[in-house]
Amino acid sequence: MEKKLDFDRIERRAAARKKAFHGADYLFLAVWAVIVLFPFYWMLLTSLKSYSAYNAEYIPRFFTASPTLQNYFDAFSAVSLGRYFLNTILFTAVTTAMMMLVIIPAAFAFARLDFPGKQIAFTLFLSLMMIPNELVVITNFVTITNLHLRNTFTGLILPSVTSVFYIYLLKENFEQIPDELYKAARVDGTTDFQYLLQVMIPICKPTLTTITILKVIECWNSYVWPRLITDNPQYYLVSNGIQEIRENGFGRENIPAMMAAVVVISVPLIALFLIFHKKVMAGVSRGGLKG
Amino acid sequence: MKVVLEHLTKRFPSRSKKEEDVIAVNDFNFEIPDGKLIGLLGPSGCGKSTTLNLICGLEPPTEGKIYFGNDDVTRLPPENRGVGLVFQNYALYPHLTVLENIQFPLKNLRGAERPTKEQMLERAKEAAKLVQIEGLLERKPSELSGGQQQRVAIARALVKMPKVLLLDEPLSNLDARLRLQTREEIRRIQLETGITTIFVTHDQDEAMSISDMIVVMKAGVMQQMGPPQDVYDQPVNLFVATFLGTPQINVFDGEVKNGWLYIGGDRVLETPGPEDQKVSVGIRPEGFTLDENGPFALNLERVEVMGRDTSVVSTHPASRSAFIRSIIPARNRVDKTKKTVRFRLMPDKVFLFDAKTEERVPFTLPPEGVEG
Amino acid sequence: MKKKSMKGWLYLLPAILFLGCFMVYPLIDVLIYSVEEGYNSASQTYWGVGLYNYSYVLRDPYFLQAVKNTLILVAITVPLSTGFALLISLGLNAVKPLRSLFQTVYFLPYVTNTLAVGLVFMILFKKTAYTEGLVNLMLQWFGASSVDFIDGPYWAKMFVLCFYTIWVVMPFKILILTSALASVNPEYYSAARMDGTRPFRIFYKITLPMISPMIFYLVITGFIGAFKAYSDAVALFGTDLNAAGMNTIVGYVYDMLYGNSGGYPSFASAAALILFAIVLTITCVNLLISKKTSVN
Repeated sequence: MEKKLDFDRIERRAAARKKAFHGADYLFLAVWAVIVLFPFYWMLLTSLKSYSAYNAEYIPRFFTASPTLQNYFDAFSAVSLGRYFLNTILFTAVTTAMMMLVIIPAAFAFARLDFPGKQIAFTLFLSLMMIPNELVVITNFVTITNLHLRNTFTGLILPSVTSVFYIYLLKENFEQIPDELYKAARVDGTTDFQYLLQVMIPICKPTLTTITILKVIECWNSYVWPRLITDNPQYYLVSNGIQEIRENGFGRENIPAMMAAVVVISVPLIALFLIFHKKVMAGVSRGGLKG
Repeated sequence: MKVVLEHLTKRFPSRSKKEEDVIAVNDFNFEIPDGKLIGLLGPSGCGKSTTLNLICGLEPPTEGKIYFGNDDVTRLPPENRGVGLVFQNYALYPHLTVLENIQFPLKNLRGAERPTKEQMLERAKEAAKLVQIEGLLERKPSELSGGQQQRVAIARALVKMPKVLLLDEPLSNLDARLRLQTREEIRRIQLETGITTIFVTHDQDEAMSISDMIVVMKAGVMQQMGPPQDVYDQPVNLFVATFLGTPQINVFDGEVKNGWLYIGGDRVLETPGPEDQKVSVGIRPEGFTLDENGPFALNLERVEVMGRDTSVVSTHPASRSAFIRSIIPARNRVDKTKKTVRFRLMPDKVFLFDAKTEERVPFTLPPEGVEG
Repeated sequence: MKKKSMKGWLYLLPAILFLGCFMVYPLIDVLIYSVEEGYNSASQTYWGVGLYNYSYVLRDPYFLQAVKNTLILVAITVPLSTGFALLISLGLNAVKPLRSLFQTVYFLPYVTNTLAVGLVFMILFKKTAYTEGLVNLMLQWFGASSVDFIDGPYWAKMFVLCFYTIWVVMPFKILILTSALASVNPEYYSAARMDGTRPFRIFYKITLPMISPMIFYLVITGFIGAFKAYSDAVALFGTDLNAAGMNTIVGYVYDMLYGNSGGYPSFASAAALILFAIVLTITCVNLLISKKTSVN
């Protein structure tokens, strides 16, 4: 009888502890979620406040009674946000497409073809992965300047095309395709190039999608190189545009309009992410790095 | 320590509202006597492992009670139950040595229960000695063979002197030779320690060879429980009959008429007792006796020589499977040139089952018992 | 055979061209720049070869300020973000309902434009004539006095920079750590529970050793990333980081190249190589430590 009581106490205690732990855990997770989401909420909220209403709030308010879209019109009319936007889309699309054209054959050569010097070439490629961008930017800047390619899309795009890491990632994926498929295709008289187009690329589509998404994120957010290479707003990308807006746009301190621009810039990537969030997260955990 | 399960049920809620809940364990009632080795047997997905998890407390039951001795432990967290569990993949901590792995449970103890360092070492060594791995204490699990890892896992479960030892598919990761050896080993350890031991397996050989009792499960429902030979000799239903025994029991469609069993028109065996009805007939492979004038004629397919016995493979239109396999002593030669082979049947190796419910339909055995 | 060998190189050609022009050549060139003394970018002439560029950079107060800022940033953000990400991942791992929602939310900063969201942070922390700013308002709720985090004292600016950096790097770390935690075989936890292991001991004796390779990976990449901090600072304090006293080493390199003090590729090269040397050293030290720890 005595022992029975003891059991009850142990059971109750264990259950209570579990409950308390879960409660605390959810609270903790929710707090971080708020910290993550709050800036997004704040930019959306501020972008919907009118200029006068915002400036009249000495104590900022957490909601607005009279939302307005005026700031969005301002963002597109007072500064050339639309221009920055189109520039970025063009830059992102061309860079990503060119990268694909460069990395697919390279990965194919490393994964499938046999040629003298392959091992050495691959080792050299791998060692390039360690080189930080900051080292090569200096000469690239001088090169592009000397070629008179500043303030051109060519100058913006060319140095951003290659990525050793993506060649590596794709090569690994190509190598997972069994040899038998290649042999079967050769027996059927398929050329290497046809094999690449008709077998390897379709099979590796998930990896190619992942690489595309990662490259798009990278391009959309790139700031340093465009900043160095463009000083004509005609060629600004969104990152430079937002910095320009911050320092010179909308006269002084039109923060709601600024936030409208920030929302416009952020939306495409967030939308892309929400649609592909599983792919993006899987891709990033396989080797993406910010910066 | 006696283990009693009372109306034990575990339901896993379904993912969507349309699907029904999965009932992994359905209304279990059984009592496991103190100090015995019990084999929990069934095909994969029948709820064996869930039953084990319920007994050790890793999962709470939906309904029912679990008693260890006279104590109700149903809601007790696992660490307070005094059970040892050996996982299918052993779950040895890869970064700890064998000795550290074995000592791990002892180091969790606190207060008065906590042994001194010397006691811990001594107890760990004792457990290691019991499973005969004294020489491997400084190694890492990755440096051990599968069988050695298994022993370490058992030692780790034994070191805290559990009242009940649970083994989840303990032999499934070993190769065939080691499996035989290890199952003897488990039996020896169980006899030496006298701990009530329950192990889960899908391999009937394994369960029958070392258990004091086996429990046969199917789709979350307990089918039969008893000493291995009893269950083999007296299966309660068609499932148990087919599940136990290699080669598998031969199953025919048959009929009972006027106290005789008919298979495909042949009057094959006198089966007094049951009323006239359609039945499923199970005949153990060893239940056939070669007899040129026997009542049961089968189409001879081939004869496989196994040395000690001969396996006769044949077909019959009423058979549920493509081939019928009968095992006869090797001294009885089969004439391979003939197209048919005739048998007499041993009444105690023939089981009748209701055609619909598949429950056993008993008939009276002839008084002389086994013949020939 | 000969035809075949040509073909392999042919497929590699575009990659080799791009990498040669924009990675290999620049790499060699940056070494040359860094030792050309008195390089004039207009006339493309220099008057000597030596280590003057390095000594100039190392004595430049702006560079020293940038090094100090970067070191503080690294020392604060790397351990804090890694530890905090570990806590959050453990928290995530312990719950089932809403887990994937939380994971998606936590990942959002990764896909946002650093510059754009930095602007939001600036507004939240800034104190102007019109408003105290939201963060200051909150500080006042707790009875603290307000402070301008963007144009105010050094520690306040450093605080915002660290806070924003952590906010930005958390998604990656949470993602890596949650998948590392999820990949630990659940049988280990069941086994530990059977033995009545207390949660802290489970964490310390089982979880931590099992995910330690991933933690080291995060620490190393975290160090590298934090040493290269730049856009976060620009987003908060504007392009003229020297004036704000918040420049970073990378920022210094770019400023030397092009900006207010621009047009000195030699100095930029020397500074970039110094940064590379620091990062390389720290990475090697990290690798050594991780090797030693995993041996034990």
